[in-house]
Amino acid sequence: MARIDLDLAHSYVADPQKDEDYALLPLNFTFEDGGAYALLGPSGCGKTTLLNCISGLLRPSQGTIRFDGNDVTDASPQARNIAQVFQFPVIYDTMTVGENLAFPLRNRGVSAAQVKERVGKVAEMLDLSASLDRRASGLAADAKQKISLGRGLVRQDVSAILFDEPLTVIDPHLKWQLRRKLKEIHHEFRLTLIYVTHDQTEALTFADQVVVMSRGKAVQVGSADALFERPAHTFVGHFIGSPGMNFLPGQWRDGAVEVAGRRFLPDLPPQTLSALQSAGNFKIGVRPEYLQLAPEGDPQALPVRVERAQDIGTYWLMTSKVNHGEDATIRARLGTEAAALRPGKTAWLSVFNRHTCFYINEELVP
Amino acid sequence: MKPVNQKAWLLVLPVVICVAFSAILPLMTIVNYSVQDIISPERRVFVGTEWFATVLRDGELHDALLRQLGFSLAVLCVEIPIGILLALAMPARGWQASAALVIIALSLLIPWNVVGTIWQIFGRTDIGLLGAALDGMGFAYNYTGSAVDAWVTVLVMDVWHWTPLVALLCYAGLRAIPDAYYQAAQIDGASRFAVFRFIQLPKLRGVLMIAVLLRFMDSFMIYTEPFVLTGGGPGNATTFLSQYLTQKAVGQFDLGPAAAFSIVYFLIILLTCFVLYNWMQRAGTAGTEEVPNG
Repeated sequence: MARIDLDLAHSYVADPQKDEDYALLPLNFTFEDGGAYALLGPSGCGKTTLLNCISGLLRPSQGTIRFDGNDVTDASPQARNIAQVFQFPVIYDTMTVGENLAFPLRNRGVSAAQVKERVGKVAEMLDLSASLDRRASGLAADAKQKISLGRGLVRQDVSAILFDEPLTVIDPHLKWQLRRKLKEIHHEFRLTLIYVTHDQTEALTFADQVVVMSRGKAVQVGSADALFERPAHTFVGHFIGSPGMNFLPGQWRDGAVEVAGRRFLPDLPPQTLSALQSAGNFKIGVRPEYLQLAPEGDPQALPVRVERAQDIGTYWLMTSKVNHGEDATIRARLGTEAAALRPGKTAWLSVFNRHTCFYINEELVP
Repeated sequence: MKPVNQKAWLLVLPVVICVAFSAILPLMTIVNYSVQDIISPERRVFVGTEWFATVLRDGELHDALLRQLGFSLAVLCVEIPIGILLALAMPARGWQASAALVIIALSLLIPWNVVGTIWQIFGRTDIGLLGAALDGMGFAYNYTGSAVDAWVTVLVMDVWHWTPLVALLCYAGLRAIPDAYYQAAQIDGASRFAVFRFIQLPKLRGVLMIAVLLRFMDSFMIYTEPFVLTGGGPGNATTFLSQYLTQKAVGQFDLGPAAAFSIVYFLIILLTCFVLYNWMQRAGTAGTEEVPNG
């Protein structure tokens, strides 16, 4: 168990010039000891590169990695005492399930009795007890992945356990079970866990702290709540939430916020107002969950043209366009009152409330 | 109901004819010879299994068979491990990989009789580099006089000629192993030997099987190289099965026994390959059972 301090960047090209040359842009971050973290982002955003830098499979081209203050930048995965589970199952074909699970322990010279005890525990945790003496090569993909997971969990003294989208090949119902198992393990042993995924539900349910990554950059670090309520970057707003945050182009004109030709005077803290005033152009971000229908002609509401309203089961999803020739789509999660909305008609939405965020150059105005 | 169409037979016919002329008819000729005593084109006597009985009691043939088995076994024992080691040592990427591949494949391009000639000269103590060097170091090396020297020379020649094939097969097998296996092994703290034993060797099973079968069959039929080197001598030291067979058929014109023995020879190769194949298949997958999901 260890605190992990990162101050690094990685590029696969020898002499990086532009931001695009970096697989991982300069990043300064600390994983606290015993925390459960998720690295969340779309494919190719640098999550796996970062994970491999932490485990020692990849040496970052710049900067350092510290475990509990000790520089381990040049240390091997073995020396770092890291466990890592990969996206696709890796098993040792000629070994039984039990031998597979015991392999990381035996390589480190753990006594036979201890190996037996740990393997038994891990096998029980993952429902593998019945097949311990089976040869691993004949098992189904998800059973193989459980073995991979088991090899990651079998050592108790590791600095951290890294998961690289470990549940990709697993059945949905089993996914829930295993994710809950991992959470239990985290609560019980307080290991540092770092979990890479592109699935926001997985990240938000698993981790205390989520690191959202985009194009080699960590754009926001925070709890599920913070990512949802105050996305630091429009990318986070888009990426987190289903559907993502709505963004409307806005302008500061004559002492008021102008959106789609209408003027609003939202109740904002003075420093936000002055930031908007000096920027001139900005974006208004509001989550579909925080939009509400307003009476027609409400001065605090925005008229939109309804495209469709769908019953999603627990809520109604309205898709609409802003009514002023601007090409902005707005989605709103509404109650049963949305059943009355007809395509092509105009609806009024109240956009400004305490959940509304403002973005200048894609960054959140504090 | 589907209309019956016999046209397919017409399409298969060319293949049937080709195979008949290339394989079935020559083989039938052999069968024909093996059960008859042909004295002249007009006079032939059906002798049943007599020729088979004769060759199976032939002491010289037993010796040739034993020599042959020993030789093939030695070939496998030497070429397979060296081939694996070579493949492990070859660079994985970059121009070095291409260079290594070309260099290692060179000997495969040389025809058998040229290989024999090369080593015949190479091993001579008067003008050959190998022979003269060994002689200079005080070894009484003489492949035309010493049975052991001749045998070892043929073996080394075969190893030089064919180990690259094993190496190339293994190299292809090694490149097919995904990086994740090596990464997982690194995380699991596996030693270099454990990586070989538990990842590389199991993943090479398929190509190794091909390599073993090819090298067994090929070495079991070796003819040209010892023939060019020593003509099967000294004595009978390097007279392997196919050369013995040629002596019988072409040298002494004993077509009956030679044909009978050809069939026995063919069956030995077939049986050995069958046993080897099944044994290696089982060695890799024993104890495999399908288990229900979850």
